[in-house]
Amino acid sequence: MVILYLLGSFLLILSLFFSRSKYFVYGLLGVFLVLQCVFTMYAFQHGGNTEATYFTYDPLGLILLVTLTIVAIPAAIHSYIYIESHQESPRSRSIYLTALILLITSIGAAYLSNHIAVTWIFTEVTTLSASALIYHHRNKLALEGTWKYVFICAISITFIFIGILFLSLSLQHAGSDNLSYANLLQKSNELNPVWLQMAFLFIFTGFTAKLGLVPMFTAGIDAKDTAPAPAGALFSTVLMNLGFIGIFRFYLVIANTPLLHWAKLVVGTAAFLSLFVATVYMLKVKNIKRMFAYSGIEHMGLVMLGVVAGGIGYYAAILHVVLHAFVKSSLFFQYNQLYRVFQSKSIQHIGNYFKYNPTGAIVLLLGFFSSAAMPPSGLFVSEFLIFRSIFATGQIALLVAVLLLLTMIIWAFGKNIFQVLFVPTEHFEEREIPSTSGWESLTQYILLALAVYVGFNPPAALVEMIQHSVSLFPH
Amino acid sequence: MIHVLLIIFLITLFYMSIANRLMTYIKVLSLQGVLLFFVVFLQLSEIDPINLSLILLETIIFKSLAVPLFLSYLLKRNHITREAEPFLPNFVSLVITTSIVVINLLIVTMIKDDHLDKIFFVVALSTLFFGLYLIATRRKIITHVMGYMVIENGVFVLSLAIGNEMPVLVNLGIMLDIFASVLILGIFMNKIGDVFKDIDVDQLSNLKDY
Repeated sequence: MVILYLLGSFLLILSLFFSRSKYFVYGLLGVFLVLQCVFTMYAFQHGGNTEATYFTYDPLGLILLVTLTIVAIPAAIHSYIYIESHQESPRSRSIYLTALILLITSIGAAYLSNHIAVTWIFTEVTTLSASALIYHHRNKLALEGTWKYVFICAISITFIFIGILFLSLSLQHAGSDNLSYANLLQKSNELNPVWLQMAFLFIFTGFTAKLGLVPMFTAGIDAKDTAPAPAGALFSTVLMNLGFIGIFRFYLVIANTPLLHWAKLVVGTAAFLSLFVATVYMLKVKNIKRMFAYSGIEHMGLVMLGVVAGGIGYYAAILHVVLHAFVKSSLFFQYNQLYRVFQSKSIQHIGNYFKYNPTGAIVLLLGFFSSAAMPPSGLFVSEFLIFRSIFATGQIALLVAVLLLLTMIIWAFGKNIFQVLFVPTEHFEEREIPSTSGWESLTQYILLALAVYVGFNPPAALVEMIQHSVSLFPH
Repeated sequence: MIHVLLIIFLITLFYMSIANRLMTYIKVLSLQGVLLFFVVFLQLSEIDPINLSLILLETIIFKSLAVPLFLSYLLKRNHITREAEPFLPNFVSLVITTSIVVINLLIVTMIKDDHLDKIFFVVALSTLFFGLYLIATRRKIITHVMGYMVIENGVFVLSLAIGNEMPVLVNLGIMLDIFASVLILGIFMNKIGDVFKDIDVDQLSNLKDY
């Protein structure tokens, strides 16, 4: 089935790339969404199976695949709205949709791959498709964003490759050359520790470009800023989850070796520095899209702190990436409506949004509450569990520092959001505001409600799958 | 013989660190491709001939002909001035390059592993970090591209060290080479040169937080 899925997407991509007729293109997009849903359901029902040697429907991959499908549907809808409201040329419309489908397919395949080299290949493909999406506007800023993204991602992909080379050296000591995660886990006791350390450093650094942690986070911020918002929603949620799964699967291997303590130190430092960097930028950022992007960095820092803390933190981290995907994507989807009213990204030029579009303003307000993890947001549950796990490790100083940084982030986020919603701005002259249908905010409400529901009342299947995927960690 | 070639490869890095003109960089890149060609020929004696010839073709055609020719075409087409414009004086550059090599030598000698050829690791890691250094200290965007090509050569040397046991990884490395180079050079070729006339990194600072 996975071969069928890849082949089907490939055919759709090809025909999309060459077709210019409006109805045909959107028809193909619809066909892809159906394919994506069917594949997700099939994968869900065949959990645990391995197909085509390199793809396994394992619990963690399945959880993120379902998240991907849930976010992909509104992303397609909003892409449609976006393209139609911008009078795109047929060619740029085709390229956009082609890149969108390629991105979603390659992310899905990377989630399910059970071999580190296959994950790496699909990560490369996401860079390619993402750069096409970032370059959509074809102006100077888009070019700058694309160039930075491509360059940083090329370096980080090279780093991952170097890590894989070191890993294979480490594996040679165990007398094996099979780089699948299962084999690595099985042989984790025989791996050569020095090469393994080098491998972990390089692979971790490489995947931080996708995950959005220090040191490689910068490219992602520019990408989310310059890409059209529906694509930005994918970058800041499911593409970040790709970085998460890449690091998580390898971390699982290293957690079963004596190097666990060292790896915790590395990941923990990077995670804490990310929180710090996110705080600094959140305090001074004036571009609302970049503010959402920095908020994503903060959340991924928290997630990795949860992973490092261990115990209940593993569970909380996976729950957090799922819920964060719902919340952050809804904020990005809402952004285009905001832009249509004010024609600006700068918070100084945006204000009193409640007056112009109450439905959308409520989305922003709820999105802020959710993202700041205030109850009843679902993220409250996962963040609370992360803090509990840090507390359980006895790192009180770290916990206090993290909470202080979070307080500053919430203050900065809240200040900016309330300015956008309630404070009239001087720079805005009243003109014919294009009316926005309330229906365009429907998907955002659904996503936000889903985040609340999953956070407080997680389905038994989800809990079981998360527990299964963290069961291999040493206790 | 392999060691001699690898050490010549290392010397090219020193030359590159004090070179002044962009054309010199391109020629050094081309020379590195030729050196890699011979290293592959001598090193990968155990893998099957078809695969070997593929790898040889990649080094000689892609690394030492196509990319340098393309880069010099870009230089001419975009009327890029011929100086590399480093941020640091050449003497400092040379000292830093030397310390990169020495530090890597120390790190690699610390690793206790008998059946590995350590020269490969010294050369590969030095090339990698030298490439990063080159990217960080040159002003023109096209020198960033060249720095990236240097990094790729370093990765290629690294993959050769284990190429006999795992030829798949060498092939993956080649895939990375071609994929990333085409992507980066493609963007450069099509757009950067046209839009940003005097291609400096200083011009790439419009994406801001405020």
